[in-house]
Amino acid sequence: MLLIPCPWCGPRDEIEFHCGGQSHLARPEPWHAVDDATWGDYLFTRDNPKGLHLERWSHAAGCRRWFNVARDTVSHHILATYRMGEPVPEALQRELAAAAPRGAS
Amino acid sequence: MTRYNAWSLLKQGFAGQRGWTAAWRSPEPKSRYDVVIVGGGGHGLATAYYLAKNHGVRNVALLEKGWLGGGNTGRNTTIVRSNYYYPQSAALYDFSLRLYEGLARELNYNIMLSQRGVVNVLHSRHDMEGAARWVGAMNANGIDAELLTPRQVQERVPLLDVSPRARYPVWGGFEQRRGGTARHDAVAWGYARAASALGVDIIQGCELQGFRREGNGRVTAVETSRGTIAADAFGMAVAGHSTVVAAMGGFRLPVSSYALQAFVTEPLKPVLDTVMLSFGTGMYISQSDKGGLVIGGGLDHYLSYAQRGNMPVIRHVLGAVADQLPALGRVRLARQWAGIVDVVHDSSPILGETPVPGLFINCGWGTGGFKAIPVGGWMLAHHIATGRPHDIAAPFALSRFLSGALIDEAAASGIPH
Amino acid sequence: MSALRLPSGGEVDRARPLRFRFDGRDLRGFAGDTLASALLANGVRVMGRSFKYHRPRGLLAAGVEEPNALVQVGEGALSTPNLRATEVELYDGLVARAVNCWPSARLDVGALLRPLERFIPAGFYYKSLMWPDWHWFEGAIRRAAGLGRVAGVPDPSRYESRYAHCDVLVVGAGPAGLEAAVEAAARGERVLLCEQEPRIGGCLLWERREVTGPVLDGEAARDWIAARLAQLQACPDVQVATRTTALGHFDHGALTLVERVAEHLGPQAPAQLPRQRLWQVRAGRVVLATGALERPLVFPGNDRPGVMLATGVRRYLGEFAVRAGERVVIFTNNDAAYATAAVLRASGGAVVAIVDTRTTPGDASLALAAAADARVLRGAAIVATHGDPALRAVTVRDATGRRERLEADLLAMSGGFSPTAHLFSQAGGTLQWDAASLQFRPAGGAASVTAVGDAAGVETPIEPCWRVEAPGKAFVDFQNDVTVDDVELAAREGFVSIEHLKRYTTLGMAPDQGKTANVNGLALLGSMTGREPGQVGATRHRFPYTPVALGAIAGRRRGELFHPVRRLPLHDWHAAHGAAFDEYGGWMRPAQYPRPGESRVAAEQREALAVRDGVGLFDASPLGKIEVVGPDAAAFLDRIYANAMSTVQVGRLRYGLMLSELGVVIDDGVAARLADDRFLVGTTSGGAARIAAMLEEWLQCEWTGLRVLVAPVTTRTAVLTLTGPAARRVLETVGTDFPLAADAFPHMTFREGAVGGVPARVFRVSFTGELSYEINVPNSAAAGLWQQLMDAGAAHGITPVGIEAWMLLRTEKGYLHVGADTDGTTAPDDIGWGHVLRRDVDFVGRRSLTRPENRRADRHQLVGLEPLDGAALPVGSHLRSTAAQRGSEGYVTSSGFSPTLQRWVALAMLRAGRARHGETVTVLHGAQPLRARVTAPGSYDPQGERLRG
Repeated sequence: MLLIPCPWCGPRDEIEFHCGGQSHLARPEPWHAVDDATWGDYLFTRDNPKGLHLERWSHAAGCRRWFNVARDTVSHHILATYRMGEPVPEALQRELAAAAPRGAS
Repeated sequence: MTRYNAWSLLKQGFAGQRGWTAAWRSPEPKSRYDVVIVGGGGHGLATAYYLAKNHGVRNVALLEKGWLGGGNTGRNTTIVRSNYYYPQSAALYDFSLRLYEGLARELNYNIMLSQRGVVNVLHSRHDMEGAARWVGAMNANGIDAELLTPRQVQERVPLLDVSPRARYPVWGGFEQRRGGTARHDAVAWGYARAASALGVDIIQGCELQGFRREGNGRVTAVETSRGTIAADAFGMAVAGHSTVVAAMGGFRLPVSSYALQAFVTEPLKPVLDTVMLSFGTGMYISQSDKGGLVIGGGLDHYLSYAQRGNMPVIRHVLGAVADQLPALGRVRLARQWAGIVDVVHDSSPILGETPVPGLFINCGWGTGGFKAIPVGGWMLAHHIATGRPHDIAAPFALSRFLSGALIDEAAASGIPH
Repeated sequence: MSALRLPSGGEVDRARPLRFRFDGRDLRGFAGDTLASALLANGVRVMGRSFKYHRPRGLLAAGVEEPNALVQVGEGALSTPNLRATEVELYDGLVARAVNCWPSARLDVGALLRPLERFIPAGFYYKSLMWPDWHWFEGAIRRAAGLGRVAGVPDPSRYESRYAHCDVLVVGAGPAGLEAAVEAAARGERVLLCEQEPRIGGCLLWERREVTGPVLDGEAARDWIAARLAQLQACPDVQVATRTTALGHFDHGALTLVERVAEHLGPQAPAQLPRQRLWQVRAGRVVLATGALERPLVFPGNDRPGVMLATGVRRYLGEFAVRAGERVVIFTNNDAAYATAAVLRASGGAVVAIVDTRTTPGDASLALAAAADARVLRGAAIVATHGDPALRAVTVRDATGRRERLEADLLAMSGGFSPTAHLFSQAGGTLQWDAASLQFRPAGGAASVTAVGDAAGVETPIEPCWRVEAPGKAFVDFQNDVTVDDVELAAREGFVSIEHLKRYTTLGMAPDQGKTANVNGLALLGSMTGREPGQVGATRHRFPYTPVALGAIAGRRRGELFHPVRRLPLHDWHAAHGAAFDEYGGWMRPAQYPRPGESRVAAEQREALAVRDGVGLFDASPLGKIEVVGPDAAAFLDRIYANAMSTVQVGRLRYGLMLSELGVVIDDGVAARLADDRFLVGTTSGGAARIAAMLEEWLQCEWTGLRVLVAPVTTRTAVLTLTGPAARRVLETVGTDFPLAADAFPHMTFREGAVGGVPARVFRVSFTGELSYEINVPNSAAAGLWQQLMDAGAAHGITPVGIEAWMLLRTEKGYLHVGADTDGTTAPDDIGWGHVLRRDVDFVGRRSLTRPENRRADRHQLVGLEPLDGAALPVGSHLRSTAAQRGSEGYVTSSGFSPTLQRWVALAMLRAGRARHGETVTVLHGAQPLRARVTAPGSYDPQGERLRG
């Protein structure tokens, strides 16, 4: 049972929220210049890290605001929440860079 | 390898059961194989078995980071069925069910396939209309299915609340009689034993750490916790961690990992002789041979790699049991657990080639991978051995997410899969 | 009463004797007894039969870890399976039976199978029962398996749930828990102290000073408990909950507890009390003062009734004043068990011998033995037990190998201890093997959970003895009948991972989750495979710590409270006028209004005909209504709808289609432009909440620059839809303050004003194909206006119309119902909307419509069907061209018998259907396929003259 700190209302139980998946998505535009691969990626492919994940939640049974949550998908620890439109906190950016997948050798 | 049968069991009974040998060999990995399969769950083991059995490819290593069957193979609710809507899905899952029907004898391992029927319970006119369409499609695809009256549903599930005052009144149902359950661990162990007997090296405690690739991008070897292992082709069947392995190969998959919880009650004398699923609540329940009621329901609502799960879903799923089967209110939950499943937008698997030459994939089965173990293994083995997808697997290629040719069972039925 | 009950001492109330019945025998106990202690006091030694071999079993333990004494308690609907006798508090008139045996635990028919034991080792079923087929055997196996029985009638008990918040949750109110709670309370923290037993005090209620150490025993211990309790009760922010078990630790300090509120009172419990209550607690931190569980020793015959855990023996003696035997042998590999000798001797029992596997017991322990007049056999082991069904003697093998038979009716054993760290493990903590003290101790990994007292580890000199090598069945897991031989078999066959061991042998998979079995099992496996227990590794503990009733988890969320339905503002009127209600999208709505003696189908036909011939009144209140307001409202809706909304003039309506980003039709409805910067977006009833949420998501997450406000207002107003050729006349009779003539108030416009004196917004829009007015009024005014309309319409035969007639009317007309005629794959062109899409503008789903899949020529398309055999074309029937032999080319999506056209009408999705108008197709339904002609959708008034009139 997650305890989610809504940036507008404070900590609330997970049953008040709805998880909307990966945050900081960019909708490809203009539509007529987007190829099938890019569009398919936008529709279907999401980050699915084992570890730190940036996702968006809505306080559906509360203030109804969407906001960002940085959460660990293994421990479920919430490292930060921040309002929609705010950039990823710097400390998290460093952590994300460190967790980038090992490439092929 | 001693053949398993009542006679050998009897003989061993007099010998204190001391004559049995290891069910599968556990050799040290060689530095090179024809094919390496990553993932020692049901799908990986079946792939290794069918490579050896169907294609004569016996120089195969199967790598498992933990213990065989320790992922979703050992964490599911053991349901088998092929009650699917689209012809592509029907062909796939019925192929699997037919393999299951002969599997105990083929593997000489009792997987305890129990075809006690899968009864879907319908709670509204909308459900009834959707089910009519679904059953019609199954019949048109040549798969057994029949609509049930409320009375027939009651006969199949005597503890179900069929009163008009029920929160989810029972309008009817439909059943696939060939559906049922099988013993999940036995499927893994049976494939492992049979594959090992055909020459497959089963290597547990061997974690994948990366891929070695040559200039044209082709995979030539895997780095593991037990050394580098080279091969001509690689297959991966690592449900729950598909994107993690893909990331090691430098590509992304349209797969997300969610926790699916399951529950078992204390053992009871027989009270339920079929698998029941409610369209209204998504709860499903069956009784194991040991007597425990095995219960499942929806996914937890956010990405997770924690094989754990949380209370809101527990309360929803078990609340549905207490509501719809009110005589079970005093029955006690003995254990809860969770598996991490690959969720794909259209709830259909991804089979075949990856962007990395030489690496083939079997993933994305969502909540229903167990029932597909035989076909999943058969198809991946076919693709690796022949270089071409099997006709049944072709529609499930990764490329469908570019073309939009999804095979979306939930979209057709509005029913959880 | 029985000689086994001591004349004084213990927590039982000798002034309150209670009657109870076990396996048909009438027995007596005292208030304060558990069923287990009362049975023991009555000399009942066989309390159950084992799961697989039907071996007679007696009590092993006194607490929640008891694996053997499983009973069915209560009668009729209250009959409850699989309760441990140790957790059942005795009440007057209690009726219990042993489970999994017939006719009783003492005389069990199933025991006839015991000679077969050697042929059915662990996993025998994997190797056999395949020929001719598993189906032949499964039924018999199932009947033999299972434990207790389900009553088969609805559980009449009530369950409640509550939430609680605290700074510290202390689990366990023994000495360590009480200390921790008092300390936290002194710091001013909010404390919740929960104790699974009915009494506070834990081991202080039964242990003597030899065990409790600094805290004294007897009266001194009671005083100590009372003092701590008084301190806690003096703090306003401290709550103490007894009979409350902490079952699970979930994310972020969430814990689940269950409280047995009235269960211990039996059928006489006051009606206002729930049977159980589920607590969901959010705790800042958790202190586990849960103690430790004693492990059995593994030796041949260790499951014979009369072989018990030493702590259990001490607890029955101290807390319940029941001496479990007269002549006692103690078998141990550690010092802690020696206290048992002391207390038994003090109570008047005879301690025959202490059999210690070690050669050098501690001096203090030897002193205890001497004081108890007990022989100590060092380096010895018990190699057999005797007696049928219960213990009469044991055979000891001493350090030299010499065997000796000792007469004894009780064997108290101790194989060491396992800290009760289940919740620590559930919280993600690591349990680390301590090779010196032979236990898994809570280590790190769960920062907010601290273990104190024995839960952190039991300090007692101990040496390993994982098994006694001797012939005979030695049990590791009592509840699942797993023996040393089974573990050996698993090791031999390569099931050497602890998880494989569990699954192959079922060790630890019983409802007790292996509380007394797991550590012995994994240590044995380790010893057979050359590994330390720490290398074999502990398994993860799972929710729940002890089994919990499904009813308790559900709480009051059963019936309508499981998933509440919504009721219409006019619900009472509909009910009073005979409505047959069904649930549609979460609303209870009138499906029809059948008259007395009239079938639902006949009612549907009558209602539909009334609309075509005169006028009907339909309650459309659940239709979704969302206000979209702001300078950018029009621009926003242009992106949301597949068709343009910015070009709608103020005062006019437009039908619109919404897509998902996948290009799939997800909703449709009529939008009204209330002002330049204000729209009222209409959605389907089922889509109301979903679409409002979707609009918010686009605004807040993607198009953050748009100045738009979204307000869902569905439930603010009731919608009364008047439809039929006489609709205008009815409205005129009721009276409006705006003109109603067709040119003054044309189709697809709306007016605001008074209707029958009620402020209203009236939409001229039609879903039936007839002249229609959707009248939106405040909920409070709905009943009055509805009655006015009914009165005014009486002259025209006005008829209330249910949703099924409504659906029939729109099917005749060929109007789409999203969710019935469409599914999760339907694109706008499939339903004939390709031409309406804007070519050059982006909107949600736009890009998806150009993917290869959307450009295929053979997509399913909406068509009408005309039956050629006069028979029904049921929804869901599949279609096939007359030439085809298998497969499906489409299916019927909507269907009904048109009372107006006097024939069946249907809509269908058909592969490339628009190009197939006029073709005859086969409709697959039942044994006899039907034929139908493909037409354009809609059979009634194709020119739409009636709805414009």
